[in-house]
Amino acid sequence: MVVLLAAMLVHSLVFTDTTRGGVRQSRYQWGIVGHYFASQSVLQGLVVTLELTAIAMAIGITLGVIGASMRLSPNPIVSGASWLYIWFFRGTPVLVQLFFWYEISYLYPTISVGIPFGPAFVHFSANSISVFTAAIIGLGLNEGAYMSEIVRAGILSVDEGQTEAAQALGMTRLQVLRRIVLPQAMRVIIPVTGNETISMLKTSSLASVITVTELFEATDLISARTYYVVPLLVVASLWYLIVTTVLTTGQYYVERHYAKGALRELPPTPLQKLRRRVASFSLRQTDAVLESDPFLGSLN
Amino acid sequence: MTAQSTRRVVVKAEGVRKSFGRTEALRGVDLEVTEGEVLCIVGPSGSGKSTFLRCINHLEKIDGGRLSVDGELVGYRQRGDKLHELRDREVCAERAKIGMVFQRFNLFPHMTALENVALAPVIVKHEPKQVVEERARLLLERVGLGDRTASYPNQLSGGQQQRIAIARALAMQPKLMLFDEPTSALDPELVGEVLDVMRGLAEDGMTMVVVTHEMGFAREVGDALVFMDAGVVVEAGLPREVLANPQHLRTRAFLAKVL
Repeated sequence: MVVLLAAMLVHSLVFTDTTRGGVRQSRYQWGIVGHYFASQSVLQGLVVTLELTAIAMAIGITLGVIGASMRLSPNPIVSGASWLYIWFFRGTPVLVQLFFWYEISYLYPTISVGIPFGPAFVHFSANSISVFTAAIIGLGLNEGAYMSEIVRAGILSVDEGQTEAAQALGMTRLQVLRRIVLPQAMRVIIPVTGNETISMLKTSSLASVITVTELFEATDLISARTYYVVPLLVVASLWYLIVTTVLTTGQYYVERHYAKGALRELPPTPLQKLRRRVASFSLRQTDAVLESDPFLGSLN
Repeated sequence: MTAQSTRRVVVKAEGVRKSFGRTEALRGVDLEVTEGEVLCIVGPSGSGKSTFLRCINHLEKIDGGRLSVDGELVGYRQRGDKLHELRDREVCAERAKIGMVFQRFNLFPHMTALENVALAPVIVKHEPKQVVEERARLLLERVGLGDRTASYPNQLSGGQQQRIAIARALAMQPKLMLFDEPTSALDPELVGEVLDVMRGLAEDGMTMVVVTHEMGFAREVGDALVFMDAGVVVEAGLPREVLANPQHLRTRAFLAKVL
């Protein structure tokens, strides 16, 4: 059944044909896909997408660790501030947040860094914030709210006895968190963060609405010019799939690293798995020989 | 034993109280531990013996009475008649001088045996890493695990883990060691190896407070024995005498069940 459906899918991908300029070709127009797949503007868009994803996730993870630590603080003002942040950024759509950061110069024409309500050290016009920066701020702050909850879940998953043992040795709250609790919380945090990164890769396409020329916007601009809508959607999808595959593989190795001490034996890498399978296959063949031979078989 | 009265008092508890919500875990505990003494605390579960032990290094905050270690109040500072709570950093400094061994070992699973032992002296006392690692190796040898420095806790038996936990506490060079039912989570055949290490420590003159169900250990190694029930010290004395000839009904009833 699965094989049949797969066959139908492949057939549709290749043979759903149309006639264009007197030449019969697949509606997916694989030739066009191939032409634009590695074109310069698509690759530039890809780089922007990767940058957006990486920087926004870095901000998100940093804010997540800070947010979670604050949320678990015994001080009600500190934990309240974290709660408020999570409440706001999780409670509004990231699309709306992006537009908000895009319009920031309307709300706050100049931004200054200095003593609150006192003298400022640095002034700059909010207009100088690029759309790329606005996208990073928007995506990063939104992600930070989600990561806070993820990190908090990870911290809560670590046995209370670990904190007690560390405290009994004289470690401060921060040392306990950094040296003892967070490394163990990673076992819970990493898989979900991998998921978040993959999600961010695709969410970053929303930055196109504030005119950031990332991967999707780049392909969209080409299709607006050439009317090759479907082939360029395919180009974008293929790139998203490729990057997702790379990220998934990376996640596997990071998870393996943090399994240290939690598993008696680390799971094999895909390469080791392959080698073992080949080894066991050749073993099985010798077994088969043994079984088929009545004399050798009786020796077993 | 008479010489002990002239020795320095390490732990002094006067009317120590502690409640969890409405339950009173400690209802006025008085006791003293002098330098080099091994005090064993026995009693039924829920008697408050573990809670009291955890108060000594401020893992639990006391609600009343006075508790001091080496003449300094635990978790508080006295100014005039008022007690002020210590800041996190000051509490940490107090705890660094007290070693604690837990029932469930609580080794750090993401670190090797050596890393477990060598971590705290480096990051808490800021001792040079090389010096600490050398000491950690010696300590692991002393608890009979010199060949397991690179092992992770889950590759070791409960007895081995607990011995590493003892080495970890000793690495901080504490002046007092607290043991919270150190053998209760162990398979019977592993109890001996942990008690042997503790016996060695006692012989070296370490001041120890041991919450335990091992009456044999209390009799042989303990200098003093305290029986606690319902949040108070019911009976205290020389282990041999209390165990052989308990004065209180409750002590008798408890010992009849465990001996």
